Amino acid sequence: MTEPMISIRNLYKVFGSDPKAAMKEVHAGMGKEELREHNGHVLGLKNINVDLQEGEITVIMGLSGSGKSTLVRHFNRLIDPTEGQVLVKGEDVLAYDELQLREMRRKTMSMVFQHFALLPHRTVLQNTALAPVVRGEDKSEYEPEAKKWLERVGLAGYEDSYPHQLSGGMKQRVGIARALTSNAPIMLMDEAFSALDPLIRTDMQDLLLELQVELNKTIVFISHDLDEALKLADHLVILKDGEVVQQGEPQHILLNPEDDYIVDFISDINRARVLRVRSIMEPLNEKIEHSGEIQREDTLEQVIAQTGGESSGTYLVKHEGEPVGELQMSTLVRSLVPQKRSGH
Amino acid sequence: MASYDFLFNSTGLEGWCDTEQSSAPTSMADLMAAAQGTEVEITAWDFPFPSLDALNESCGKIPETRDLTKGLEDGFLAMKDSLRFVLDPITEPLSWMLDGALYLAEVTPWWIVIPLLLLITRMISKSWSLTIGVGASIVGLAFIDHYSYAIQTLSIIFVCAAICVLLGVPIGIAMSRSDRLQRAIIPVLDMLQTLPTFVYLIPLIFLFSVTESKLYGIAIILYAIVPVVRLTDLGIRMVDKDVLEAAQAFGMTPRQKLYQVQIPLALPNIMAGINQTIMMSLAMVVIASLVSAPGLGVLVLRGIRSLELGVGLVAGLGIVILAIILDRVTKAALARVNASQH
Ligand SMILES: Nc1ncnc2c1ncn2[C@@H]1O[C@H](COP(=O)(O)OP(=O)(O)O)[C@@H](O)[C@H]1O
Ligand SMILES: [Mg+2]
Repeated sequence: MTEPMISIRNLYKVFGSDPKAAMKEVHAGMGKEELREHNGHVLGLKNINVDLQEGEITVIMGLSGSGKSTLVRHFNRLIDPTEGQVLVKGEDVLAYDELQLREMRRKTMSMVFQHFALLPHRTVLQNTALAPVVRGEDKSEYEPEAKKWLERVGLAGYEDSYPHQLSGGMKQRVGIARALTSNAPIMLMDEAFSALDPLIRTDMQDLLLELQVELNKTIVFISHDLDEALKLADHLVILKDGEVVQQGEPQHILLNPEDDYIVDFISDINRARVLRVRSIMEPLNEKIEHSGEIQREDTLEQVIAQTGGESSGTYLVKHEGEPVGELQMSTLVRSLVPQKRSGH
Repeated sequence: MASYDFLFNSTGLEGWCDTEQSSAPTSMADLMAAAQGTEVEITAWDFPFPSLDALNESCGKIPETRDLTKGLEDGFLAMKDSLRFVLDPITEPLSWMLDGALYLAEVTPWWIVIPLLLLITRMISKSWSLTIGVGASIVGLAFIDHYSYAIQTLSIIFVCAAICVLLGVPIGIAMSRSDRLQRAIIPVLDMLQTLPTFVYLIPLIFLFSVTESKLYGIAIILYAIVPVVRLTDLGIRMVDKDVLEAAQAFGMTPRQKLYQVQIPLALPNIMAGINQTIMMSLAMVVIASLVSAPGLGVLVLRGIRSLELGVGLVAGLGIVILAIILDRVTKAALARVNASQH
């Protein structure tokens, strides 16, 4: 595997008046609740190890208060860790001085916020061009660029409006255009769609996926919504009380939950819509007669629709015209039922 | 025989007291008693509070209250020269500015000043109806021969309010960045705001001569600077944390943050502060006519001093008109800033 874009190593964050002292007790095994009662410190993050691969969408998911925002703010050092390492392209970000840090925020990372955080006194175009303006670039250079991205997110014609004249969904489109105009390879999105209505939210998710096909950015997406996480994630990290409970490929987590917490978490989702053929198919067996062909990247829902509800038989799985495996319909049906964790 | 003799007798301090005890009767009651040749009988009912003066009657070593005020005065007078030595050169430009503005207002003909004022009104408020209202008010005042007084008052307000803003906004910004500074300055602001306006004038009169314009200039500025400082501090502290975080995340320097985010977002509050500062300058410029500030206040003072009811009332009306004009114009500017942000 190539070197990860961002690596988080043994990261701890304690909030309070004397975090260093509190760290001793954390190392001695004190948990979040205990620590809070003991000396009023909040254990925000505990021993986090995450690698983010270039060009992937990594979704960090967890309930409110699980430390998602705290974690994502370590990537661009809006928050400094109490202990641990943050490596960006192999470089230790914690060793950066003010100047290097600003340089990184200006060129390497952009950010999209839950509540948009647009400048109310600037027009949509000026907001979109925030990054180049901060970098001190020339207006004639960045304006076409900002206009291009505004058009790309579907806001052509709104250049001269002010943020307060836009709806929530439109504001977040500006937020995304602003992040894209910075041209940074890494994009941090803290619950970027959580404040939006469900329908608009789906639109925005589609927009993000569509842009990602083209741009191949390294995206860190924070969400508290499992459906959203499964839809977007190449790599899924599940946080609970400041700790990573499981991380990996989302389909894999779905089929092999390692923790009761995750089992509970995934029990309510529509598995047919999320699981794909590739996650449950078997190697090709020449002897078996195939009742039809399906595609590797199809969701199970699509397969069921295609086969008309047939629950027996075996289908040939193809990818880009090549046969890559086969799928028994009985396996498909079984995979729709959440499994109890092994050992229970 | 004074009420507290027993105290000093019983503690054996009479010897210490007696050395210089004044033999002169001090209170009216003592005088009357002396005249009648009888001792005053002190009942429990009118037993005096053990104040300095009461104790002094029994023991000459204890100072009287007037010694205290005298001491303060002496102390102040002793400091005065060195204080003057520092403050005089610093504040001298204020005199120049005030005298300059008043001179300019006097020599510029009315047919330049009035259109200029209307132009400024129009530029600040972007409203024709307000501009017409201001025009009518000034023409009305000029028609009853109050033009020069009103312009003098306005000149003083412009100079003092401008200085309040130039000093107050940076002070407010500094306060917003340091909790310690805020804790140190807020009591001073509270004091400036709660002291009765006349009280400012007393030490100033001692420090500077009444003929200098900076005397009233300083009084006005001290009084009127408070709201702009307070509201700048408040406005910057209230700037949306999310927006500040975004500024940080996109790599703004502290200076960029201040000029591109904090000040613009605090502007509605700062403008509200400027509005109040201007209104308070107007209130103070009237009182400052006691210490030779020219303008409409002089006429009000004449109304009081020589009981010229009509003169006082008309001048008072003129002040009300100025107050309304200044308030409306600054509020219109404030509304414009607000409208562009919400
Ligand atoms: N500045 C802070 N001071 C103290 N506690 C904090 C601070 N920021 C976050 N926390 C605590 O850290 C935990 C994680 O917060 P956060 O990262 O905002 O969660 P999430 O984004 O997942 O909802 C919470 O318990 C929160 O109360
Ligand atoms: Mg959060």
